[in-house]
Amino acid sequence: MKAETELPVKVEEKEKGRRTLPMFVQGALYLSPSLVLFFIFLFYPMARTIYLSLFLTDGQGEPIRFVGFENFTYLFQSPSFQNSIKATVLFVLYTVPAGILLALFLAIIANEKLKGIGFFRTIFSSTMGMSVAASSVIWMFMYNPAIGLFNQIVQVFGLSETQWLLDPKYALLAVSAATIWMNTGFAFLVLLGGLQNIDQQLYEYAKIAGVGYFYQLRKITLPLLSPTLFFIITVSLINAFQTFGQIDMLTKGGPIETTNVIVYSIYKDAFINHNIGSASAQAVLLFFAILLVTLLQFKIGEKKVHYQ
Amino acid sequence: MKKVDLLNVSKSYDGHHYVIHEISVSIETGEFFVLVGPSGCGKSTMLRMIAGLENISEGEIWIEGRKANHLLPHERDISMVFQNYALFPHLTVEKNIRFGLHTKKISKQEQKRRCQEAAEMLGLTELLDRKPRELSGGQRQRVALARAIVTQSSICLMDEPLSNLDAKLRAKMRSEIRQIQRQLGITMIYVTHDQIEAMTMADRMMVLNKGEIQQIGRPLDIYNRPANTFVASFIGSPPMNLAKVKFEGNVLIFEDGRAFAISEKVSKTVKEKDLLIGIRPEAIRLARNGENALVVTTVNSEILGTETFISFQMANVQWVARWNGQWNIPIGKKIPIIVNEQDIFLFSAKNGQRLYSSPQEKSSFSLEEEILL
Repeated sequence: MKAETELPVKVEEKEKGRRTLPMFVQGALYLSPSLVLFFIFLFYPMARTIYLSLFLTDGQGEPIRFVGFENFTYLFQSPSFQNSIKATVLFVLYTVPAGILLALFLAIIANEKLKGIGFFRTIFSSTMGMSVAASSVIWMFMYNPAIGLFNQIVQVFGLSETQWLLDPKYALLAVSAATIWMNTGFAFLVLLGGLQNIDQQLYEYAKIAGVGYFYQLRKITLPLLSPTLFFIITVSLINAFQTFGQIDMLTKGGPIETTNVIVYSIYKDAFINHNIGSASAQAVLLFFAILLVTLLQFKIGEKKVHYQ
Repeated sequence: MKKVDLLNVSKSYDGHHYVIHEISVSIETGEFFVLVGPSGCGKSTMLRMIAGLENISEGEIWIEGRKANHLLPHERDISMVFQNYALFPHLTVEKNIRFGLHTKKISKQEQKRRCQEAAEMLGLTELLDRKPRELSGGQRQRVALARAIVTQSSICLMDEPLSNLDAKLRAKMRSEIRQIQRQLGITMIYVTHDQIEAMTMADRMMVLNKGEIQQIGRPLDIYNRPANTFVASFIGSPPMNLAKVKFEGNVLIFEDGRAFAISEKVSKTVKEKDLLIGIRPEAIRLARNGENALVVTTVNSEILGTETFISFQMANVQWVARWNGQWNIPIGKKIPIIVNEQDIFLFSAKNGQRLYSSPQEKSSFSLEEEILL
């Protein structure tokens, strides 16, 4: 009995001796590695961008003169930037809904338990393993007016050849199609994972209850997939706003700036025109645009999400 | 006339190994039929075959006089309660209960009425607007039961519905399920690995092992006359004590040389030499002075309050005796024990089949007799 009463006292003393650092310092120490990385690669560049967006800069990107919001007012009046906004919005509208619907469709059919379904799951998710550069080259060949697959198909139907990437009518659509293809793999994989997480017994119960396939889809699959759908919609939206690689590879913002999305416009202003101030202002605007869309999505979209 | 008939039903996934082999049974209208066996014995597969969730490899299933082999699950007029309840997490209790009723062409009002009725029966009225995650395990279980009730199907299948509940709640739900089944006159097919559930709930039960029927019968018949050593050791807790014996003359000789004399009446019925003797723990008594006893050494004793389990070494296996009351027996103590001849079972050592059990009824008490005495 004696030993039992003594023991806790000893432990307490030991702990007291060890607890020399206040809790806050301990916590900060654990956080410090990621805080340092975040500061170097995220917070500092962001602060610097906001700072630079308020200045006129020289060719080296050094601020020369404080101009306040002049960079911004100039941008809003510039037809070129307005065009970039239009291109970006169109690009997002073309790629996000179509891409997610395609991935959802593929995930639902690949979720069936069939022999050899693993083959299709691999194929459908394979675009995730390809770099943007490699896939862009593939699509560049397919869009090639002389030897490309698309023109061959078009010719079979007796229509005239099209300069897919050089025709202002088609260029943005062509880049969007390639982007949908590239993004499908990831969205497919995430959605398939979400589908596999749904308890199979719910479907068995539905079978016994005798409800139809589309009723099951509407009342079981989609509600239970909603957290995954919400995630993939958010990520896809942010991704679409930030697309750069395939535009640089396929069209370089042309023709007549129809594919000059904001990110590409930032790149051109910063590294070709060396107008860092304007580029920074655009980056700040894009940041707030994405922030706004994401916030709206959380406000409106999350109400429809059923977390388990 | 509602009835489920299985005729030589077999199930195999690869064509060679059977997970269910040649099962034939008739389940009567309004009967509480329990499938019991250790995990992996095929009992759940069998239930799922009756439900139509698994294909039938061979044999026939008849439901209410209709061949059901190729009927879809919802064409079989059954309801089912799953082990993890299979409640829809995004729907309220009420919507969960009413799920799928529209397919049976039931009007909204009727749906509402049935839902209310089932909720009242199970004490869920207050909870109809909650989501499943806001309910306790027992309440979820009730919702799953309510879903089975509102369909008004005459056959209800339950797949280990109580295994996720704690012991206290399980005992309560046991009697509740039994009452509802009686009240509504449903034909119940109930799967469990828990022999206590099987003993207490079943009208009849089927003991399964490795996909084959071991025995079908009323719980007490199975307890009193187990068909083989598997049933003997599976039903009853603690299980029946078994030991190898040689049968010579009128004596059973244990492996350690101890002998147990049996009367001619018993020895006549047994033809084989190598046997297994089986004795229920409650049949082992403390010997009184002058009785011809076996002396054994205790290895362990567990006092449960109303009774005491005493383990001792018998040949090379451990046996358990179960005595009423609280016995303080030190470990290593030598105690004299005795078993009445009508309490022994003899099984073939070759195939485990029962060769002998007392033809007399075991001590089943009936109220009338006890009061008259």
